[in-house]
Amino acid sequence: MNQQLRVNPTACTGHGLCAELLPERVTLDEWGYPVISADPVPAQLARAARRAVTDCPALALMLVADR
Amino acid sequence: MTATHALPRHDRHSRGPGGLPRLLQAMDLDAHLAAYGPPPYRGPRQLIEVVAAAGLTGRGGAGFPAARKLTAVAEAGRGAVVVGNGAESEPASCKDKQLLGTAPHLVLDGLQLAAEAVGATRAYLYVHPHPRLHQQLGSALAARAAAGLDRAEVQLVTAPPRFLAGEESAVVSRINGGPALPRFKIPPVHQRGVAGAPTLVHNVETLAHLAQIARYGASWFRAAGAAAEPGTMLATCRRADGTVEVVETAIGTPLGELLRLPDLPAQAVLVGGYHGTWLTSAHAAALPLANAALRPAGAAAGAGLLAALPHGRCGVTEAVRVVRYLAAESAGQCGPCLNGLPRIAAGLAELAAPRPRPGIRADLERWAGLAERRGACHHPDGSVRFLRSALAIFGTELTAHARGQCTATSSRPFLPVPAGIPASQADWT
Amino acid sequence: MSGITASTALWYASRATGIISLVLLSAVVVLGITVNRRGRLPGLPRFAVTGLHRNLSLIAVLFLAVHVLSAVADSYVSISLAATIIPFVSSYEPFWLGLGAVSLDLLAVVLVTSLVRSRIPRRAWRAVHWLSYGLYPVAVVHSIGSSTDLQSGWLLAVTVACLAAVAGAVVFRLRRSLTAIPRFQRVITALDDAAARPAGSPAGRQAAERGAPR
Repeated sequence: MNQQLRVNPTACTGHGLCAELLPERVTLDEWGYPVISADPVPAQLARAARRAVTDCPALALMLVADR
Repeated sequence: MTATHALPRHDRHSRGPGGLPRLLQAMDLDAHLAAYGPPPYRGPRQLIEVVAAAGLTGRGGAGFPAARKLTAVAEAGRGAVVVGNGAESEPASCKDKQLLGTAPHLVLDGLQLAAEAVGATRAYLYVHPHPRLHQQLGSALAARAAAGLDRAEVQLVTAPPRFLAGEESAVVSRINGGPALPRFKIPPVHQRGVAGAPTLVHNVETLAHLAQIARYGASWFRAAGAAAEPGTMLATCRRADGTVEVVETAIGTPLGELLRLPDLPAQAVLVGGYHGTWLTSAHAAALPLANAALRPAGAAAGAGLLAALPHGRCGVTEAVRVVRYLAAESAGQCGPCLNGLPRIAAGLAELAAPRPRPGIRADLERWAGLAERRGACHHPDGSVRFLRSALAIFGTELTAHARGQCTATSSRPFLPVPAGIPASQADWT
Repeated sequence: MSGITASTALWYASRATGIISLVLLSAVVVLGITVNRRGRLPGLPRFAVTGLHRNLSLIAVLFLAVHVLSAVADSYVSISLAATIIPFVSSYEPFWLGLGAVSLDLLAVVLVTSLVRSRIPRRAWRAVHWLSYGLYPVAVVHSIGSSTDLQSGWLLAVTVACLAAVAGAVVFRLRRSLTAIPRFQRVITALDDAAARPAGSPAGRQAAERGAPR
């Protein structure tokens, strides 16, 4: 089952770890906030995505089931 | 096409049984009971079925099918809560205020029927701080309580005068005792809202329609409007002569008719509100007030605001004022909105000044692209929509401004934009 | 005859692992503040700062476990296992050891919530993690009070260095908190900034490069 990486924009404070851990899906805008690709997270990126979710200092990321 | 009937064409469809206007008929409780009787409590399933058959959509701007919202909350669990959202928040719109002042009992009937539909025993009515209106609503509620009409207890809650105060999750946040700030939509309000309970938030006009559909049925509602978008809606018409009128009209009525464009010519028309879209007057005149026709034009009926900008006014100046207002009304919670909108506001002001920096247009477009769809609510999206349509429609005026000229003959502001920028928690509670 | 007995070895082990735990814990607190302030360690990606913060804390817990268990196992003084978790019930030095128990309890809560941090509500994790600012001073006082080693010589120097590092980081953190723009003034500040520093101006470009205003 594919998953989708989502960010809670009210919790995000622009630490930027997500872009380092999952560059295939996350880049940072000119203000340091994540631009998350709408592409689903396939199995081979799942581990990195889970790490991004756990390591985010603001706990602003989540993985939801891809509709 | 001229009407052969005595009444204007759109008025013919906005009459209810007995020839009364559907919604905007002033009634105190006695008149209301004489015309409509008590709320027709018939069980939750019956109401949801008739609302689904009627095809009622939300009248607060989003246009979401009402029956689907009712079902979602009804199925979400026990202890549901219902909120009547009367905080229209749009400075240029006054239809909700007018409806609540004129026919509060239709709204309150709808609130009770919606509460029955989702099994709620608690209801809230969320209204901006207009002192007389609050008093009137308080009296209306007391009269209903005395007559034993209401099953769910209704509490009146004050909404702060903020543009985002009427946003669904901001409504819930305020009722929960905090500031009226939107929040991230996971979990959605219909699952966890007021006090953590499944919460139904409906615009007050939607509730008023609901109260009539419950009595007169789906076919009656569908007698007006179009098949895909049935019924009537309240439209705030700000015409080019400066008059403002809240009109109850069948969906599909031509904008030219509502704004009286042939008699009161305009240079451009704003459709939907400050999150809406500018269209040229010629284009608008040919369109009906219906999403089926408006969406291909990049617009939407929204909460029914229509504003015709007269000739001799400066569309660029209006846009600069509105965009600055939209930036000031940001909740400031999300990086892209907090960073994007103020820069966009300043950039547009720069673009409207003589000899703007060559790269400013590209900067504006870049910031707009970074802000939209990256907030917790749709404020950045709507603000960007307004900005882009203004840049497109007022392109000629912008070119003149760049040369230090302005084609306007009057510098009086046309669109209402509140002064003051919120700067404390009190401004949001 | 040698004076080294099993008991002495355990006692030394406890004292040694104690001081190591204190040093590691100090590093963990400084790294935690570094993460919060979005600071970086030269040459390392951001996830290395959080990674180091987490890994050092786990190593500290290991040393702490040896510190506690060797103290309990040592027969020279009587410290029950219960006394390491329930504050002030020890027969030996109840006050200083009691403080150790307090900081151990607090650390346990911080640790457990951090292990499951993506599964508990964000606010709950944050609230518990704030206890770190309480557990550190308590641990320091426990260390100094229960060990005369730390009260002189090079071990005192080590302790002072740890305290200085943490105090410096805390002061830095406090200053940023106190000078931060209040939440409900962010928008009006951003509007003023954007108007005063237009995008094309040198100041505006600088502001953009600095990144997020928070």
